[in-house]
Amino acid sequence: MKDFVTLFTAMDQTTKTTVKTAALTAYFQTASDTDKLWCIALFSGRRPKRSVTTTLLREWAAEVAGIPLWLFEECYPIVGDLAETIALVLPPAKSHEDQTLTHWIDVTKSLRSMEEGEKKETVLAVWDRLSTTERFLFNKLITGGFRVGVSTKLMTRALARATDQDEAALTHKLMGQWTPETTSFEALILTDDPMADLSRPYPFYLAYQMENLDELGAITHWNIEYKWDGIRGQMILREGQFHLWSRGEDLMTDRFPELHRLADFMPQGTVIDGEVLAWKDDAPLPFNALQKRLGRKTVPKKLLAEAPVILHAYDLLELDGIDIREKDLKFRREALETIVASCPADAPIKLSENLAPASWDHAASLRDVSRENHAEGLMLKRLDSPYLAGRKKGDWWKWKVDPLTIDAVMIYAQAGHGRRANLFTDYTFAVWNGNDLVPFTKAYSGLTDAEFRKITAWVKKNTIQRFGPVRQVSPEHVFEIAFEGIQESPRHKSGVALRFPRMSRWRHDKPLQEANTLDDLKQMLAQYG
Amino acid sequence: MADVLTFTDRGIYCPAGDFYIDPWRPVERALITHGHADHARWGHQRYLATKAAAPVMRHRLGDITLDTIDYGDTMQIGGAKVSYHPAGHVPGSAQIRVEVKGQIWVASGDYKTTDDGFSEPFEPVRCHAFITESTFGLPVFKWTPQDAVADQINTWWAANAADGRASVLGAYALGKAQRLLTAIDQTIGPILTHGAVENTNEVLRAQGLELPQTIRVNADLNPKDHPGALIVCPPSGFGGWSKRFGPQSTAFASGWMAMRGVRRRRAADRGFVLSDHADWQGLNDAIRATGAERVFVTHGYTSQFTRWLRDQGYDAHVVSTEYEGETLDAASEDGAAQ
Repeated sequence: MKDFVTLFTAMDQTTKTTVKTAALTAYFQTASDTDKLWCIALFSGRRPKRSVTTTLLREWAAEVAGIPLWLFEECYPIVGDLAETIALVLPPAKSHEDQTLTHWIDVTKSLRSMEEGEKKETVLAVWDRLSTTERFLFNKLITGGFRVGVSTKLMTRALARATDQDEAALTHKLMGQWTPETTSFEALILTDDPMADLSRPYPFYLAYQMENLDELGAITHWNIEYKWDGIRGQMILREGQFHLWSRGEDLMTDRFPELHRLADFMPQGTVIDGEVLAWKDDAPLPFNALQKRLGRKTVPKKLLAEAPVILHAYDLLELDGIDIREKDLKFRREALETIVASCPADAPIKLSENLAPASWDHAASLRDVSRENHAEGLMLKRLDSPYLAGRKKGDWWKWKVDPLTIDAVMIYAQAGHGRRANLFTDYTFAVWNGNDLVPFTKAYSGLTDAEFRKITAWVKKNTIQRFGPVRQVSPEHVFEIAFEGIQESPRHKSGVALRFPRMSRWRHDKPLQEANTLDDLKQMLAQYG
Repeated sequence: MADVLTFTDRGIYCPAGDFYIDPWRPVERALITHGHADHARWGHQRYLATKAAAPVMRHRLGDITLDTIDYGDTMQIGGAKVSYHPAGHVPGSAQIRVEVKGQIWVASGDYKTTDDGFSEPFEPVRCHAFITESTFGLPVFKWTPQDAVADQINTWWAANAADGRASVLGAYALGKAQRLLTAIDQTIGPILTHGAVENTNEVLRAQGLELPQTIRVNADLNPKDHPGALIVCPPSGFGGWSKRFGPQSTAFASGWMAMRGVRRRRAADRGFVLSDHADWQGLNDAIRATGAERVFVTHGYTSQFTRWLRDQGYDAHVVSTEYEGETLDAASEDGAAQ
């Protein structure tokens, strides 16, 4: 694993993307095909299944380190990473064994079929033969999570360079259901025909936040639609097989059985980019209706009746089995309209309407009322643009509505994980209800590192009570919380749940007493919920 | 029997001798373990420190009434017999031994048990009660030997020099910076120092400590005259101050660099794991070597370390102080840079 450790170390020691890409490219030029394939899999979120529970790993690590389990558990939140905590507490290895990445992955896979005693023996023996960094990586392999600061995009770029291929074409090859067990480097990367796999999705085209309206030119060159607040999805119908992919490359076909009917109405070789929305009586339901549908593999009948979904169609990527992403949006939309129009009126599909505002001012006024229309803002797409892969600037923009805001008091703080270990970054906020502070949301983001450091120092000196890793702090600081939506929630003490809450400002200027109240929140709920 | 030392809101107090150890509020008589800002503070009427700690304290605190004492010498203060013993933390740092009616207590300030080749090496002192820090009092902290860390720094510096990059190394101005200067391979290239580091260098050189030749960075210095240089500065010098050196690799030397999350958050290119505090094993060894039954834990991972010590059979307690140990974050780095 020496070369993989060298790769990891090189990438871990830098914050510069160019250096990371160069290290990965070098690895792809020299490693064996099986190691390369696993490297691609790991950095595109395809990891071996977890083969040992973390509970067992913690117990074994504590035992080998000669420390009580409670002390190990104290270390974990401070280090912020289980694989690393284990690697750090273990005594130095007695010997060293250099094996390939594939070998160590095979070892983790072999654990799956072992009895607990044999698992323990195997893992302990491995720990005793690896350096600290190798242990960390091995533990990452066993525990399943392999997020180490390398994105799929960065990995794909390096692989494109090493194999002299087009990055977008390679991105497409890497989509879908493959694992290192079902393919080879040769088949996947070198000789692959992406159309051979009937379920394989195209890379999603993602928009940037709008920067400058003045640079967009005549409004007639743009397709302008609402930015719906659902789940982006890609519907694939090929040779009788129906698939629905999420943007995160999760197959969601079984979660939305009511969409399967669409296969009856469309020609084979159709791929649609759209938004899955909970939709009833010709209007979208709030996002939490859709949320209930997520995370369940099978859907009970009751829920299916309560929160049925439809596909809001944005774009057509494949027509009659032919990849039409290079064609302009105008062409693709027209073809999409024909397909949607040919479906019966009660089919679970709707065209995402081109609002066709007459002017940018008109567009702005449509954006202002998007929340009332259950949308997050507008999407602007240039009519002559192709469908690109990934987040690209210029042809597509999202023009989101301004967030809702409320001033709230910080009452609990907790340290973060990973890069934010040892820093208090996760806070609970409250609003006034008479003389009481009622917690209503958590927020983790929006502040600068310098602000997080300041608050961390303050939290350490102003802790009233500890509940495990959570510190109750004296109510003193007021923050402006920005959020995208508000919903009723019987599970929360405050009765509301926010969508995408984050800290937009530290209100140094606001005295504690002037934070908002629960009544203010309820008013927002009445208006926007 | 009354306790030899007590814990007050001004600092550690000895009733029998009517003095404080490392107090954080102004007092009449302060016994100081070492010159770092969280232990040697402003505003006391009289100070007592080791001869080796005195120059830095005068440099930092200006015109103070300061008595000095040699390591191992005994001084009677009221009803207490006091002596200073090396703590291995920075040059001149001491554990303070206080004996009253046969009861011996030791306040250790900050300490490390490994010999850094620069500070007076730590000496265990037998006592009944030991007051300890626990900055790195968790079993995830295990230091690699200094030589190995120095090798890593040398390799990094040499590679940067070969690639035409400056090497900017962040380290505390008192202690860590000088320890690094003496540990690294001085033949790789010129060594430049930030004013805060060089001021301390001058004080330490004047008291006879040997440091490699360094060049102070001031407004007149042209970085181009010193290709392949190592620049040692307080961590606050990253980014703004260090811009003048052009293409550069930054590194930070601290015990906290043992944790990947912290290392990445620092946004330095490299993190070298080097601390002037004891690691987990060091703390445990030091406490065992005192033979003490009672242990008071003043700063660091106090609650966890105290619970561990109780598990081991010690009569251990957390005491609340204003000591900071090896800090990580901006505010205290500025303090270290003064």
